[in-house]
Amino acid sequence: MIQFLAKGLIRDRSRSLFPLLAIIITVTLVIFGIGFMEGAMNNFLHSTAVISTGHVKVVTKAYKKESNQLPNDLALFDTKNIIQTLGDMYPNYFWTPRITFGGLLDTPDQMGETKEQAPVFAFGLDFFSEKSRQVEIWELDKYLISGRLPKNRDDALLSTKLAKQLSVNVGSSVTLIGSTMDNAFTTYNFNIVGTFDLNKGQADRQMMLVDISGARQALDMVDAASEIFGYHNSLYYHDDEAVKIRKHFNLTYSDSIAQILRNEESKNILSYMTGWNKINTIEKNKLPQQRSIALSDNQMYDNTEEWEELSVEDPSVFTPTMIALRDASQLASMVDFSNVAMGVMAGIFLVIVMVVLWNMGLMNGLRRYGEIGLRLAIGESKGQVYRSMISEAALIGFVGTLIGTIFGVSLTYYVQEFGIDYSEAVNQISSSNMVVPNVFYAKVTPELYYIGFIPGVLATVLGTMLAGLAIYKREMSQLFKELET
Amino acid sequence: MKNILILFFLSSFLFPQTNQMNADNIIKAIDKNLNAESRTITSKMVVRGRRSSRTIKSKSWVVGTDLAFTEYLSPPREAGTKMLKLGEKLYTYSPQTDRVIQISGHMLRQSVMGSDMSYNDMMEDRPIEELYKATIEGSAKVDGRDHWIIVLDAKVKGLSYPKRRSWVDKEYLLPIKEELYAKSGKLLKTASLEGIKKIQGRWFPSKFVYKDELKRNSKGTEWIIDNIEFNKKIPDSRFSKALLRK
Repeated sequence: MIQFLAKGLIRDRSRSLFPLLAIIITVTLVIFGIGFMEGAMNNFLHSTAVISTGHVKVVTKAYKKESNQLPNDLALFDTKNIIQTLGDMYPNYFWTPRITFGGLLDTPDQMGETKEQAPVFAFGLDFFSEKSRQVEIWELDKYLISGRLPKNRDDALLSTKLAKQLSVNVGSSVTLIGSTMDNAFTTYNFNIVGTFDLNKGQADRQMMLVDISGARQALDMVDAASEIFGYHNSLYYHDDEAVKIRKHFNLTYSDSIAQILRNEESKNILSYMTGWNKINTIEKNKLPQQRSIALSDNQMYDNTEEWEELSVEDPSVFTPTMIALRDASQLASMVDFSNVAMGVMAGIFLVIVMVVLWNMGLMNGLRRYGEIGLRLAIGESKGQVYRSMISEAALIGFVGTLIGTIFGVSLTYYVQEFGIDYSEAVNQISSSNMVVPNVFYAKVTPELYYIGFIPGVLATVLGTMLAGLAIYKREMSQLFKELET
Repeated sequence: MKNILILFFLSSFLFPQTNQMNADNIIKAIDKNLNAESRTITSKMVVRGRRSSRTIKSKSWVVGTDLAFTEYLSPPREAGTKMLKLGEKLYTYSPQTDRVIQISGHMLRQSVMGSDMSYNDMMEDRPIEELYKATIEGSAKVDGRDHWIIVLDAKVKGLSYPKRRSWVDKEYLLPIKEELYAKSGKLLKTASLEGIKKIQGRWFPSKFVYKDELKRNSKGTEWIIDNIEFNKKIPDSRFSKALLRK
């Protein structure tokens, strides 16, 4: 039967070619549209995640409060152990330490005197560890303009914009003038081994990338890091999962350590109380907990604004706490907005396409009014005619969707690989908080392989089903009258 | 008896009663105590951070208010770092980079070795008399000792602290406690002097405590003078840029 219908479709082009073309074009558009929107949003989130937020990141509570000042005096200590724990707790993510620091870069003349100086915004990244994926996530293979990747502790990569400003090239030496984690003045020499252009607007205007070992040496931060970044192994941002692990980490690991530290501090303070030694052990354990809970409930920890001198210094300010990408400034509303906008846009797109195909199905059905009449007249039952029309629609829909999906996915894949360049517009809006890439890439996601079938097959079949209902309304007398004319 | 009367008369002439001093005389006396033709100082700075404390030892040679050379002796990371002040210019040398860097502009506002003191604080050691106009606000007892409360208002532009309030010990003629304000009136820093001793005929503190009031939870920085010699001849070669690298 299918073979019979297929032959009919091939021989009568008005029944097959144009509906097929319409389905192919619309399905291609649906797939590419959704793929591009997904890809563009993912590019934007990925760029922000790579440069400033990670998918999630761990910092001390004190660092979180003042993070815009890059307060490395509030950095995380014992990062190896924290990373080990994070890896065990959340194996879907990989964890990498980072030191973010600012200062001045000074280039010497032949006499060693200052020739040029410029502000620098630098990242100490873990390039050298065995499982490091920094080169991959920063896409340095692609963005490296000259030179090579860092191999030694004092190697540095400079953005082309900064290198131009300082008039330095690969092979030059620059001196960082900055502050150690103790806020002491420090100078440190880095050797420029390469230059890069991240293609992300002005975000890399003052950027220098060094290995974290060099940053630690320069800033006197042994086994310390400003932040520990976590990325999903797929490098794709999963908002729900990121929020879930942030909640879990803060409730289990972070809060429990904070509670222990606060209780220890309370116990220490209460031990000076007259008669402390006369209290029994149970009370000795209970009272510190009651004190720290009371202080916490009354928000007396580090709250000088409300409590002035009665405010209590919080012993837990250096406890690690987790932040998800959406917690960074403006990003929560942007992630929510983009999710809703993507849904609405994809929905509208699908509805429009469905209406078009439905209409096409209707028109096609109505156009064959005479043929239906003839088939009924020669003895086919109404049900048989109806079913054969639906089968034809399903066949056209399926074949059209299949070809459309191949075209759509291919086009999306092409844009995924080569992107569309928006450099001029992006240069105006990129900032360090929100990094917008110059080139937007589409993304081939698994849903693209089936999403086209919704308008492609469903709408065509539904349109035909609606049009075909007319078959049941035909009267035999009317039919013969039509045949006479 | 006659001799005693003459001695009493002379002493009251040579050493006027401190209570009758006016504000200008007080700041002149402070300048006389704190400044000298030259000073050689061995000291240590205890920087109390939120998480740990560090002690940095150094030796300084100072001539007047324009020339100063400091070499840091410990801890190992800081050892060998040198600083040279030549008038308005401040240079630093670090053996790790083998570079002489001039500290200027906003860098002068940075902390010295992570302490509560900035490079600007280090640079600004001209006599108070040249920089401020003093008025006596009143008297107060601090730790059982009589003090004048003096308000100093800048008479030159561009000072880090356009207004200061000092509690000046009436006997030592030293500002035992000071509050340093911004032009807006915001308290920026506090300083206090402790362990006042008589050294080479002048009262001089053996410990300075600075606290940056803008740093939340700052525990302050102590600058402890281990040894100080006044008016000792220091050769000019001590203040050459070439010596920074040696």
